[in-house]
Amino acid sequence: MSNKPLLNVKDLHISFGQVNSISHAVQGISFKIEKGETVAVVGESGSGKSVTAMALTRLLPESAHCKITGCIQLEEQDTLALEADALREIRGGKIAYIFQEPSTSLNPVYTIGFQIKEALDLHRPEVTDQQAEAERLLDAVGIKDPRQTLNDYPHQLSGGMQQRAMIAMALACQPKLLVADEPTTALDVTIQAQIIELLKKLKSEQEMSIMLITHNFGIVTGFADRVIVMFRGNIVESGPTDEVLKNPQHPYTQALIDCIPKLGKKQDRLTTIDYEKITG
Amino acid sequence: MISFILRRLFTLIPMLLGISLLAFVIMTAAPGDFLNEARAARDVSDETIQQMEKQFGLDQPWYIQYLLWLKNIVTLNFGDSWTYKVPVIELLRERVPATLILSLSSLTIAWLIAVPLGVLAAMYKDSIFDRASSILAYAAISIPEFFLALLAVVFAAQTGWFPIGGRTSIEHEFMSRPEQWIDYLYHLILPSLVLGLGSVAGLMRIMRANFLDSIRSEYVTTARAKGLKEDIIMFRHVLRNAINPLLTAFGFYLASLLSGALLVENVMNYPGLGQLVFQSLLRQDQYVVMAAVLVGASMLVLGNLIADILLAWADPRIRTRKAI
Amino acid sequence: MSRIREVIVAVWDRKSGRALLILLLALYVCAIAAPFIAPYETSTQELGKAFHPPTSLTFSEGRLAVRIYQQTNKDLNLFEPIEGKIAPIHFFSRGYEYKILGILPWDRHLFTVDEAHRIYLLGSDSTGRDVFSRLLYGSQISLSIGLIGISITLFFGFIVGAVAGFYGGKTDFVIMRLVEILMAIPGLYLLLALRSALAPYFSSTKMYLVIVIILALIGWAGTSRMIRGMALSIRNRPFVQASEAMGQSTTVILFRHILPNLSSYLLVAATLSIPGYILGEAALSFLGLGITEPDASWGLMLSQAQEARILMLNFWWMLTPGVAIFITVMAFNLLGDILRDIVDPKFGINKS
Repeated sequence: MSNKPLLNVKDLHISFGQVNSISHAVQGISFKIEKGETVAVVGESGSGKSVTAMALTRLLPESAHCKITGCIQLEEQDTLALEADALREIRGGKIAYIFQEPSTSLNPVYTIGFQIKEALDLHRPEVTDQQAEAERLLDAVGIKDPRQTLNDYPHQLSGGMQQRAMIAMALACQPKLLVADEPTTALDVTIQAQIIELLKKLKSEQEMSIMLITHNFGIVTGFADRVIVMFRGNIVESGPTDEVLKNPQHPYTQALIDCIPKLGKKQDRLTTIDYEKITG
Repeated sequence: MISFILRRLFTLIPMLLGISLLAFVIMTAAPGDFLNEARAARDVSDETIQQMEKQFGLDQPWYIQYLLWLKNIVTLNFGDSWTYKVPVIELLRERVPATLILSLSSLTIAWLIAVPLGVLAAMYKDSIFDRASSILAYAAISIPEFFLALLAVVFAAQTGWFPIGGRTSIEHEFMSRPEQWIDYLYHLILPSLVLGLGSVAGLMRIMRANFLDSIRSEYVTTARAKGLKEDIIMFRHVLRNAINPLLTAFGFYLASLLSGALLVENVMNYPGLGQLVFQSLLRQDQYVVMAAVLVGASMLVLGNLIADILLAWADPRIRTRKAI
Repeated sequence: MSRIREVIVAVWDRKSGRALLILLLALYVCAIAAPFIAPYETSTQELGKAFHPPTSLTFSEGRLAVRIYQQTNKDLNLFEPIEGKIAPIHFFSRGYEYKILGILPWDRHLFTVDEAHRIYLLGSDSTGRDVFSRLLYGSQISLSIGLIGISITLFFGFIVGAVAGFYGGKTDFVIMRLVEILMAIPGLYLLLALRSALAPYFSSTKMYLVIVIILALIGWAGTSRMIRGMALSIRNRPFVQASEAMGQSTTVILFRHILPNLSSYLLVAATLSIPGYILGEAALSFLGLGITEPDASWGLMLSQAQEARILMLNFWWMLTPGVAIFITVMAFNLLGDILRDIVDPKFGINKS
């Protein structure tokens, strides 16, 4: 049992648009995420990383414009084949999300407490004292005054606090996999570091896998066990973080790593990516 | 919240003063003065007229006249109506509730129809239903209220299903209490429908646009990612957010309702404030007109205040900001 | 102003936009050519033929003709066509005299029948006047009042709004409070009050002018508030600040920089407010406070339809002015929405 991966994605294709103008956002990618593993999916915007994350629980708008094929094996189930009811059990229950922009991802007209309890209602009906549990969750994500925060509306919190509340909401369902889609992009640099520290801490405390979606190699170091590099809808490289960082095989990975500004390294200007060199 | 309401009430005072000044200026811009009609009327004694002249300072400059009129109004003395032979306040006491009930019932009808239709149109965007309702909305906006009222009267006359006008039946006096209430309601149906229909279209389009905006919000994705059922997402998360801008539109629709009510009341012979204004204007019953304009404007201003309060109550972002 | 031309071309390129433009153009052509198209004047009565139903047309000996009717019930105003009796229709024939565009005298009409008979395409009213002719003449009022009213309103609305938005401070504060007060009075109440205040100073033949003035007096408030908002946002743009820094006069800035940048928005706002003017005039005339007999206006014609006889008997043609208002107002509303889609792409995206 334990040698089986938590998530096994095989030959995933995602395309948008109709006959005349189809754009292939993801072009046949396969990857695995083990239990308790943290995997970073790195790539620039438009590389298909976010779309892949959303496809895991079919969160992409379902219409004729969006086509997903392949196989997404979560433990024993193929999420692409699930009925709506079973799919909802997975959403939040097994795979929870946090998004880039916490200020718009929380519903402005409901309190933090309400939105956390909503998740508890769905996936952990056995919890009798929701108030206490919600407080415990907020405490776990490092919110100072959890009791007060439960009654606060999203706009009353700072961006960092909002993202912590989002994380608390995701944790409320005790998911097997936490998908963090650019969780720090919209935040100040100092807050970014705090959120990453928080994710690290939670990872070691809970038996949870994390799929971190980012365009920033900088936050991958020291956090992710493995890195998957995506470029224009394909996985161009994957491997243990240290190895990929030390010895990148693909020119695009090299280019992304070069983009990390380094302390003590003299540079006239920041490195940009030369696409002609990559695509050859 | 209470301090917010008090502060808003306080800002209404200069507003109402401005309105009263404007009403006064408009009414005195016409040739002659308030008492022309009274002087012409045979059954008004000279003493009364002299007394009125003094009371309203007609021999004084206009600003004194205005201040005197204002002083009288603050003490709820709106003067007397020459045509109805009663104090204006009594007319208002009778007419204002009638118009309020008409406006509120048509507002209720408009909301009850517009909100579900707008939601359905948004949920089934670009479907035949969406297109048909949008065409009907255009049609409803473009029908003049008085024409619709006329059609309603023709309809009532030819089918006999509804009374062709008035607020009560002839035998109203001889009815029991519950029967009287039913009688009122029966007379209210057609005017409310006519008056409400114009607002339905606009409200529906606002609702549809808001709902579509709200559906695309990221918090909806969050709700979906939590595993909530679609219908709960639509009601609890989307609709709850989409309804707020409708409250802002409330004030605007109240304004058009009061104007529309004036026409509908006249066509359908419904004894409300609008009919009073119109008939008093024809008979140059100045006190009644000024009072009615002032009351109509106050209703509008208070309506906007209520809309603000509702919005603050419904939207925590506004409520908590004001509380700080 | 080239932006305006662009917008109009964009409307023409849309199927629905083109249909609406053609419809409106046709309406305006009919209004201008009303004396030529209308077989009768607005005041031509025929008391014996009150509430005459629309005359039916037949072909006889290869010519179009109308059937002749006789009254069968005087109390109920019922008419029946007489079997076999017809009157031929003459095209481009002589009739009453009129002036083309108010200047050139002429007496040709699109169609007439012999003077002994009547052609009522849309029936007749309580004094036997031709509803069709009156509709045509009435369209002159409805169609022109929107354009004239909105021109005056836009002119004053632009000046007041732009000045308030541009100067800000006390000027802005005073103007905006005045606007708020005007807008706090229910529109029709204000309309009636102003009508009763102003009307005594004009003769009853000048009612058209009074109505335009009143509608403009009420309309400028909303318009200037809207323009103020736009002016506020434009005045902070670099090109305006640059010309201010160069010491350009305010008037030049207003008309050279702010007006052209608002022109397409003004076009949308104007189109969407025209129905308000048409409906305002119709409402006033309907209440008997606007255009007076014997002139024709759609609202005035509808007020006749309130008579009890019309309510009980099926004189549907008396309601045709309502249909005319409906079609005109709907055309402007639809056109305004198409314009808004084109001018404000963000709004367009939200909608689609």
